[in-house]
Amino acid sequence: MSRGLRGSLVAVGLVAALTTTGCVGSAPSEAGASGDTIKVGVLHSLSGTMAISEVTVRDAELLAIEEINAKGGVLGKKLEPVVEDGASDWPTFAEKAQKLISQDKVATVFGGWTSASRKAMLPVFERNKALLWYPVQYEGLESSPYIFYTGATTNQQIVPGLDYLKEQGKKSVFLVGSDYVFPRTANKIIKAYAAANGMEIVGEEYTPLGHTEYSTVVNKLQQAKPDAVFNTLNGDSNVAFFKSLRGAGITAETMPTVSVSVAEEEVAGIGPDNIAGHLVAWNYYQTTTGATNDAFVAAFKATYGANKVTSDPMEAGYNAVKLWAAAAEKAGTVEVEPVKAAAKGIALDLPEGTVTIDGENQHVFKTARIGLVQPDGQIKEVWSSGAPIKPDPYLKGYDWAAGLS
Amino acid sequence: MAVLNQLFIGASMGAVLLLIALGLTFTFGQMGVINMAHGEFLLVGAYTAYLLQNVVLALPVAFAVAGALGLVLERLLIRRFYGRPLDTLLLTFGVSLILQQLARDIFGAPNVGVTAPAWLTGGIGGFPYSRIFILVLALACVAAISLYLTRMKQGRRMRAVMQNRQLAAVSGVATERVDQLTFLIGSGLAGVAGVALTLIGPVGPSLGTYYIVDAFLIVVAGGLGQLRGAVIAAFVLGVLNSFVEFWTDASLAKVVVFAVIVAFLQLRPQGLFVLRSRALT
Repeated sequence: MSRGLRGSLVAVGLVAALTTTGCVGSAPSEAGASGDTIKVGVLHSLSGTMAISEVTVRDAELLAIEEINAKGGVLGKKLEPVVEDGASDWPTFAEKAQKLISQDKVATVFGGWTSASRKAMLPVFERNKALLWYPVQYEGLESSPYIFYTGATTNQQIVPGLDYLKEQGKKSVFLVGSDYVFPRTANKIIKAYAAANGMEIVGEEYTPLGHTEYSTVVNKLQQAKPDAVFNTLNGDSNVAFFKSLRGAGITAETMPTVSVSVAEEEVAGIGPDNIAGHLVAWNYYQTTTGATNDAFVAAFKATYGANKVTSDPMEAGYNAVKLWAAAAEKAGTVEVEPVKAAAKGIALDLPEGTVTIDGENQHVFKTARIGLVQPDGQIKEVWSSGAPIKPDPYLKGYDWAAGLS
Repeated sequence: MAVLNQLFIGASMGAVLLLIALGLTFTFGQMGVINMAHGEFLLVGAYTAYLLQNVVLALPVAFAVAGALGLVLERLLIRRFYGRPLDTLLLTFGVSLILQQLARDIFGAPNVGVTAPAWLTGGIGGFPYSRIFILVLALACVAAISLYLTRMKQGRRMRAVMQNRQLAAVSGVATERVDQLTFLIGSGLAGVAGVALTLIGPVGPSLGTYYIVDAFLIVVAGGLGQLRGAVIAAFVLGVLNSFVEFWTDASLAKVVVFAVIVAFLQLRPQGLFVLRSRALT
């Protein structure tokens, strides 16, 4: 009995081994496309300090995958998402990216939020000649041949934000940011802009990520009395910062702030009362008009709950999936090099409007929008660039930025 | 004016530090449990405030909820690890990770908003009401604890067990009951502190991790189990931090505060105050 059982187990094992080899043999290099489905990787922090932001981007990406599958998938095959947790830890991002590429053999990966996680994943994707879609606004000065950037680069978010302040006659600006690569690089750009545009930087403060005590920073703001504050704080710190501002009696009328990392999602956590009237700079708001956005917002609420909001990074993640699918359809394959070639110049109607992939640097054309936070937590657009702005990650088209990078 | 402001900010930072450390002076200071889950008891308090959306009502409720959770934790796990400080460290760290993920699963990963009552928004002469409230709350908690420890039977028993467990036991003190009560009060105080934190900071699953190191710093610098030491350490470090930050920046202020504490502990490894006892330990 026991020998018979063992014998059959060995037989099952042999058969399994043979079929596996057979599979590998029959589909030599078609990455992620073996069988009836195409595997795609979704790699965000689902735990740790960044989960606060990244979980919703994952949700938006999974929604896009669902929508594509409901319409028959890509190249006649359904997409099969492989979700991994980067755990807010940069080496983990690199490790999970490698796992998705070599073990799951995914066709592409959608993932990352912080620049630190992107910088950790970049060499993995370049080494494996695999594809990453990165959905968050960032500090620019990068253009990897194996990354598509669907969030804004600096000339599509920070520079328009500064243009708006200048237009409003703000002469002195105070910079508040978290102490890491994005705010420091962004502030370098802001200082160069200010020097060339007759604006004065009256203060510059950095606080560690996760800092929760802003009384002293607010006191410094009260002493410096700037016309406006440019806020590049990230994550939870924004909550403490805006609560401190309000506690000290500083209102948007006396000292408006422009934030580049506070979207609808964060407004809810800060408390709309604490931030109403302040400005934000993005490329998309839940209130952005258009039938495509109405459908996106409705679909998101239907899937994840009526009380959920949509925000810029979520929309950029959703767009990334749609853009990749369009490129794969156009290429007729999910192989990396043909998809990259096909992606150049692709234009899709997406929630923020028409999004076109720039063939030169694999960023996308985006409309800059300045928004005013409303007491109900929504953001109202008060200014827009009108047409999508061509991405310029190295700010080559701006004379004042010549000394940067 | 700026300096006066900064002095107030320092005092209010001290009050926050004191509030988050008070519970730990019980669980770590009095019982020697390196309680890494202390931050998550703050979290429990903060989410209690979120569910009730009423900061004042949340104070006693959070004390009860966090205290009950602490009691359960003590009964189920921690009491099996008494006298093994390194094992408790790992155990409570594991518990803290589980509680964080639980919060994420129940309330979602994004921050949630707690609406402060109208009378706590705004301020007087640049001093926010919320900060004044926290200052008063911290002092009220200290007064209540010190009354409890010196005037009440249970409090005196707690001190007796801490000073000499064997002697307390042979004198008829039910030390196990005292341990339960100590853990309940320590965790409950963390819950109260968590409610206060919703007035000034983010309310999300990672809340505890932002404060846990500071809480340990205060307890260690003040001397284990020393209420007086914790009060002095919290206010000195709060004021020091606020002025260093005012003259330099937030990152450097943290460095300076740490350096001062390290240097201080070199001179006085036992902290500000030390418990004198005739116990043979």
